[in-house]
Amino acid sequence: MKKLVILGAGTAGTMMLNKLHNVLDKSEWQITIVDQHETHYYQPGFLFIPFDIYTRKDVIKPKRDFFPPGVSVVSAEIDRIEPGQNRVLLKNNVVLTYDYLIVATGAKINPEQTEGMKDGLWHKNIFDFYTIEGACALRRFFKHWEGGKLVVNITEMPIKCPVAPLEFVFLADSYFTEQGIRDKVDIHFVTPLPGAFTKPKASAILGDFLAKKNIRLTTEFSIARVDNEKKAIVSWDEIEIPFDVLVTIPTNMGDEAIGRSGMGDELNFIPTDKHTLRAQNYDNVFVIGDATDLPSSKAGSVAHFQADILMENFLSAVEGRNMTASFDGHANCFIESGFGKGILIDFNYDTEPLPGKFPLPGVGPFSLLEETKMNHYGKVMFRWMYWNFLLKGLELPVESNMTMAGKRM
Amino acid sequence: MTTTTVIDSQTLQRDADGHLENMAEWNDQVAQALALEEGIPALTERHWLVINYMRKEFKEKGDAPSIRKMTKESGVDTKELYALFPKGPAKKAAKIAGLPKPKGCI
Ligand SMILES: Cc1cc2nc3c(=O)[nH]c(=O)nc-3n(C[C@H](O)[C@H](O)[C@H](O)COP(=O)(O)OP(=O)(O)OC[C@H]3O[C@@H](n4cnc5c(N)ncnc54)[C@H](O)[C@@H]3O)c2cc1C
Repeated sequence: MKKLVILGAGTAGTMMLNKLHNVLDKSEWQITIVDQHETHYYQPGFLFIPFDIYTRKDVIKPKRDFFPPGVSVVSAEIDRIEPGQNRVLLKNNVVLTYDYLIVATGAKINPEQTEGMKDGLWHKNIFDFYTIEGACALRRFFKHWEGGKLVVNITEMPIKCPVAPLEFVFLADSYFTEQGIRDKVDIHFVTPLPGAFTKPKASAILGDFLAKKNIRLTTEFSIARVDNEKKAIVSWDEIEIPFDVLVTIPTNMGDEAIGRSGMGDELNFIPTDKHTLRAQNYDNVFVIGDATDLPSSKAGSVAHFQADILMENFLSAVEGRNMTASFDGHANCFIESGFGKGILIDFNYDTEPLPGKFPLPGVGPFSLLEETKMNHYGKVMFRWMYWNFLLKGLELPVESNMTMAGKRM
Repeated sequence: MTTTTVIDSQTLQRDADGHLENMAEWNDQVAQALALEEGIPALTERHWLVINYMRKEFKEKGDAPSIRKMTKESGVDTKELYALFPKGPAKKAAKIAGLPKPKGCI
């Protein structure tokens, strides 16, 4: 029997499990998946919790609902991988050996990385929305808030779903308008990037949306520390921005287990071949999703496109053939823009997000880089697709590699 | 899109972000001129410590280091890096060192 171990049963790990379970010969392969948690969180839904659009129960399901029969499920924390010995040590002292390993341990926030972030004001006046706890605490805060300075700050790149902070300010604009206190809320978007987003065309267009919605933008601000007494964020060059409530996107890092294994870079992301998705330093290790160091967006849609490529290359590798499938960095993100509308962007390593139309068979075209109701429905539909298709490894009607059809240069 | 600049009677090819197309054309005078464009009037010993570190890293790893890596390995802490290369140490130091834009900067 050959052994495949998958580390992490989040978006990417669960998807790979289902895909490979369907194609690997059960008499030849034993598949094991490891995760520390029994609940699956639909992380894109965290965005909507502070604004009372989703509640906790809208974003959780038991992980076991998505595990096919016949696979071995281990519920434990991973201590470390020993890639030289082809084995994984778990915190409960169990040792798993493997012939092939797929690492899908994701990324998480590390507020401790910024001085003063987790001192007195944490979850009192400083919140995150990248965890269920943070999103729920922020909802409780907003319910009784009467207005003031709302600062939304990205600590450093890369972060998961790089559009989520923008969506947050768009939704805040919409939410406080509905609450009737928009004139009392000063929304301020503070980013280390030179513009509203990472890529130039989209950055300009999204920057215009900010202006139109009366959201202040400060660029090239790299936070050094939080001054809890003054209630201000302070940059490395000593610029201070005061807040009444700070919504932070803290430093995102790979799991500590990757650091303990000596397999990660300075942010615990694993050096991965950007086209084959194999770990750069280990021939029998593949990496998928947020755990990689790839210069693609860290998003569920990206993990989905990677999954098709990884599956092909994995099958080639185990059969001793050359790996020919190549990931192009494809990302496809619906950006919720408030008041029941949304914006769509579609891009890859080489092509930045462009305006135009995005054709989708059976559903009809979505508008790229334009605010439409249709794009909002796309975002709403994504949750349904996530639970019912994506996690189960079923095909979606979107190509893994990006196409230029409909895009305007 | 590429552009050209003349520095010390040497014609240099630059990419869309202003990085040198050809690393071999880089020398101390070029670094000085690129620094000036970035608003740094004179390169000090501390600047050179970082620039030399950047070039060494690039030669070994094939990519310019991130700001975190620079803090860990260059011998200059984050605060000083921002003072030396205002706003974007990773991007600015890479440019002045004649390296392509760091891949991580997307
Ligand atoms: C607020 C927010 C909004 C987002 N919006 C979108 C969106 O609109 N569209 C989109 O496509 N994506 C979005 N994303 C991103 C998306 O959720 C992630 O990119 C995706 O979940 C990544 O999948 P993954 O499998 O790599 O990591 P995860 O899904 O995070 O899974 C990692 C798993 O590994 C397990 N694990 C890690 N370390 C250990 C250990 N040591 N021991 C045991 N188990 C371990 C974890 O418990 C977890 O289950 C959003 C994310 C956030 C936070």
